[in-house]
Amino acid sequence: MMTGTTPAARDALLDLRADMSLAARNRLAVRDIKSGSTLWPLAWTLGWLDIKLRYRGSMLGPFWLTLSTGIMVGSLGVLYSTLFHMNVHEYLPFLSLSIVLWNFLSALVSESCMAFTEADKVIRSVRMPFFVFAIRVVIRNLLALAHNLVVIVVVFAVFLIWPGWHALLSLPAAVLWVMDALALTLLLGGFCARFRDIQPIVNSVMQIAFFLTPVIWKPEQLGPRVDLLPLNPFFDLLEIVRAPLLGDVPSTMTWLGAALYSFVLCGAAWGFFARARGRIAFWL
Amino acid sequence: MAPTTNARVSIEGVSVSFPLYHGSARSLKKLVFAAASGRLGQDRQKRVVVEALRNVSFSLRGGDRLGLIGTNGAGKTTLLRTLAGIYEPVTGRVRVEGSLNALLDPSLGMNLDLTGRENIMLRGLYNGMPRASLGQLEEDVTAFAGLSDFIDLPVRIYSSGMIVRLGFALATAIRPQILLMDEWILAGDAQFIDRAKLRLETMVRGADILVLSTHEASIIRTWCSRVLWLDEGRIRADGPPDAVLEQYLGHPLEPVTEATATEHL
Repeated sequence: MMTGTTPAARDALLDLRADMSLAARNRLAVRDIKSGSTLWPLAWTLGWLDIKLRYRGSMLGPFWLTLSTGIMVGSLGVLYSTLFHMNVHEYLPFLSLSIVLWNFLSALVSESCMAFTEADKVIRSVRMPFFVFAIRVVIRNLLALAHNLVVIVVVFAVFLIWPGWHALLSLPAAVLWVMDALALTLLLGGFCARFRDIQPIVNSVMQIAFFLTPVIWKPEQLGPRVDLLPLNPFFDLLEIVRAPLLGDVPSTMTWLGAALYSFVLCGAAWGFFARARGRIAFWL
Repeated sequence: MAPTTNARVSIEGVSVSFPLYHGSARSLKKLVFAAASGRLGQDRQKRVVVEALRNVSFSLRGGDRLGLIGTNGAGKTTLLRTLAGIYEPVTGRVRVEGSLNALLDPSLGMNLDLTGRENIMLRGLYNGMPRASLGQLEEDVTAFAGLSDFIDLPVRIYSSGMIVRLGFALATAIRPQILLMDEWILAGDAQFIDRAKLRLETMVRGADILVLSTHEASIIRTWCSRVLWLDEGRIRADGPPDAVLEQYLGHPLEPVTEATATEHL
C-alpha cells in the first residue's frame, strides 16, 4: 500500500453560466478577489521566488538592486545638484526618495502588463483566482522596493536627516499605493493579455511621465506654475508619500487629487475586471 | 468500486468558442483606427471564431468513470478545461460539486531553476494546501520520487528520469473527489513503472468521478464505465465503452483479456 498520498484538494462548488447578469459578474469578481486573498501564501512565495530566481547565482543576490540604485542616486545627485545649483545636503535626500519611489512605480506599471501573460501555463491548467497573480506582481515589486529602501536610509543617515513624526503621514499614503497597485495590475494585466501592443505604449508613457513629474527636479522650480502640478496624477501620488518623509505635510489639494485619481483607477479596474475576468483564459 | 458521495458534475447545453486573435486583432492601435473609420462593427462580424464545444450536455454522479474519445481537435481538452472552470462557457451552464483536480499539464508550475523542495512547496500552495501540511507532501513526494540527496538542488541538474519521477509524484500527490486527466499519465523506467502504476491506480480508484481523455481504447475499456465520442465539438455518441468504441473504431473489439488491458500501461 502507498504511504500517505495527500488527501487534500480544494473544496469546490463551481457554478458557471453564460450570459451572466451584471450582478452575477460582480459576484464572481468579488469571489475571485476573496479567494485570491486567502491564497496569499502562494502569491507571497511566487513573488519571493521571482526575486530569488532573478538574482540566483549572483554574488550580492537581490542587493544588486540596492547597489545599482545607490550608484544611480549618488551620480545623479552630484550631477543635478551642480546643474540646478542646489545644495547637495538638501537635494540628495529628496532625490534618493524620488528615485527609489519612481523606480518602484515604473517597474510595477511595466510588470503589471505581464501579470497574466507570464502565468499563462498555470492559468490554462488550473482554475486559479486571477487576483493571486496581481498580488504576486505587487509583492515582487514591494520586495524590490524593500531592498532599495536601504539607499534612502543610508542617505538620510549620512546627511543626519530625521523627518520627525510627520513621516507617519506617509503610512496611509502607502496603503493607498498598495490598493492602486493591485487595481492597476488587474487592469493592465488583463488589457495587455488582450492587446499585445499595450506594453510598449505603457513604457513610453512612463518615460514621458518621468520627465513631467518632479522626480529629479523639485516642484518649487516650476515657479508660479506649481499650482498646475496636482493635475499630474503621478505627482499627487508621489507627493503624498514623499513629502511626509522629508518632514513636510502634503497640501489638501495633493491629497484630494491622489484620492480622486485612485478612485478613478480602482473604479476602472473593477469595471474592466468584472467584465473581462471570464475571458482572460481565452486571450492567453 | 469507488465510494459514491455527493460529487456531481453537470453540463447543460455548453458551447465554448475561441476568438482567434492573430496579427491585427491583437493590436489596440488597429482597433482604434478601425473604430474611428466606422469599420468596427464589420470587424466584429468578421472575427474568426473556432467553436470548440457545441451544445454539449451530460451529467455525472459519484462512481461514474467517463472516457472521452475523438480525433485531435475534437474538443476533448477544451471540455476538460471547461469542467475545471478554466474556460467559462459562452452559452449553457457548468456545475461542479466536489473537490477537483485537473491533470492537464503534468508539469504544472514546475520550474527547472527552482530546487526540488521549492517545486514541491509551490505545487502544494497551488492546490491551496495549508502550510502545515506541506511537510507531509514534501515527505511523500521525496520518498516516492527517490530524490533524497537532490531535494535542495535545482531541478535543472536532475537526470531526465528524476525529473519524470518528480513530475509524476507531484501530479499524483493530491487526491481529489473529481479527477480530470488528459491522457493516461504514466512514465518512467522499468523499475519505476510498477510503483507508478500502483500509485496512479490508487488515485484513480480513490476519485469519485473520473473524466479521462485518451486515444487508447484499452485504457478506456479498463477504467471507464461510460464513453463520450466528441466530433468537431459535438457529442457524436454517448454510452457504454464497448458500444461507443466499436462505433468509433469502425470494427468489433477483441474481447478484453488481462494481457490487452495491461499491455499499454
